[in-house]
Amino acid sequence: MRAHAQLIFWAVLVAALALLPPVVGVLHEPFYVELVRRVMIFAIAAASLNLILGYGGLVSFGHAAYLGIGGYAVGILSFYGMNSGWLQWPVAIGASALVALAIGAVSIRASGMYFIMITLAFTQMLYYLGISIEEFGGDDGMRIKTRSQFSGLIDLADPVASYYLVLVLMFGTIYLVHRIARSRFGMVLRAAKSNEARSRAIGFSPYSYRLCAFTIAGALCGLAGALLANHTAYITPDFMHWTRSGEIMFMVILGGVASSAGPLLGALVLLVFETLLAGWTEHWQVILGPLLVLSVIFFRTGLAGIIPGAGDE
Amino acid sequence: MLRVEGLETAYGLSQVLFGVSFSIEAGQVVTLLGRNGMGKTTTVLSIMGVVPARRGTIEFDGKPIRGLPSYRVAQAGIGLVPEGRQIFPNLTVRENLVATAANRGGSSDPWTLERVFDLFPGLRERHRSFGNQLSGGEQQMLAIGRALMTNPRLLILDEATEGLAPLIQADIYRSIVRLKTEGLSILMIDKNLKALSVIADGHYVLEKGRVVWSGDSAALSGNDEVKHKYLGV
Repeated sequence: MRAHAQLIFWAVLVAALALLPPVVGVLHEPFYVELVRRVMIFAIAAASLNLILGYGGLVSFGHAAYLGIGGYAVGILSFYGMNSGWLQWPVAIGASALVALAIGAVSIRASGMYFIMITLAFTQMLYYLGISIEEFGGDDGMRIKTRSQFSGLIDLADPVASYYLVLVLMFGTIYLVHRIARSRFGMVLRAAKSNEARSRAIGFSPYSYRLCAFTIAGALCGLAGALLANHTAYITPDFMHWTRSGEIMFMVILGGVASSAGPLLGALVLLVFETLLAGWTEHWQVILGPLLVLSVIFFRTGLAGIIPGAGDE
Repeated sequence: MLRVEGLETAYGLSQVLFGVSFSIEAGQVVTLLGRNGMGKTTTVLSIMGVVPARRGTIEFDGKPIRGLPSYRVAQAGIGLVPEGRQIFPNLTVRENLVATAANRGGSSDPWTLERVFDLFPGLRERHRSFGNQLSGGEQQMLAIGRALMTNPRLLILDEATEGLAPLIQADIYRSIVRLKTEGLSILMIDKNLKALSVIADGHYVLEKGRVVWSGDSAALSGNDEVKHKYLGV
């Protein structure tokens, strides 16, 4: 019964997202393709954060760092005339993984508030690094003249083609995180989240598991960064601003921690609301803020917990 | 198999253990007895390295294990079923069993899901339920199963029947007897003297952080003074 509802939920979700471009094409509203593509890129970032926050209990307040590293990897390589996506994207993912490994190696030894502050501090360092390097635009950021090239296989300047690429990568990421969480590796991660001392006393030191998950999450978010740079054709240090980290975290919490659909639902609701309210008043944050607070108070399990079939088993 | 000598442990300034000594031979079932607050659980936590011991010797298979982090002690082959069960609520029954399973000692007949379900048939039906959806008895069985899945050579049961209905307690005791006949060494903390004197080979009575009496089941049954003075029965 439950499995049935889940199947319907995901089928509807995939169908709706896949049919969006032709539908809005008929309605002559191309803006929605841009909006949902952005939603899906952030859903990748949120899904990667969910791996460590939702399943691992690691409240990283610096996840936007990898969005920035992924974005700058594309931007900087493009600046030097290297436009091949085959080069840019692996560099974006690999660099993000390496930085995550380094940040994780230091921060995961700490716990609770200290972990949050250390991850935040590292990301602020990267943010100010982005501001200080004038060559890559400094504070103003830098335009990417040519989007990532994939040997003519796909043209990322075409909004619909890039939409479908993001769609596939997003569902791929969600599925990957789902599989990791249910693997034996994920079980240990979840066990350590619920009771760290107990998982030690049964023979597992959580550190290496957490560090591995942290690195995977960074790598996946680096992919989101590469996509975001191609989406906006522009990179700025704002990719790494701490409010961005907070936004990604909020998507996870609003959508439902430790659920597969949560990050996507959270990204969808947050960004759509943001866009709607911004079109209505420039003080949209005054309205969105209280709405978010209320949603957390009343939907403790997140959106995934109240939509039939969206929750995990 | 396990030898504890002169174990001293303190929480901050308040010392709890004042030189606890006892030992367990392979295949034996041994109990730690005593009223609440006498240091039974602290002894177990000191062995496991959860609480650091100040002084004394803890040897497992002739190797010193005092001062090792708890996951190393567990990896050496000691499986703890902690007081309060402490199963993972966000994992299913099956996941609780599989997540930390290991066969580090290279047992020729390792524990499997099948064997655990065979020992506790009630868990088989509930293998998809989450840890927090189980009854107290089921949680206890799961906690024992989880420890067995690490293929320990010494199993430590801290109050494994506390707060359970008599019928469920009987189930647990039966399973412990079965584990004993399969040759597993077991250290038990429990309050049910009647059941323990049937199951266990030896007993150690703790009083204010010291072993004040030790002997076999026959000696304990015949010693009303010890039972009255230290165990309150």
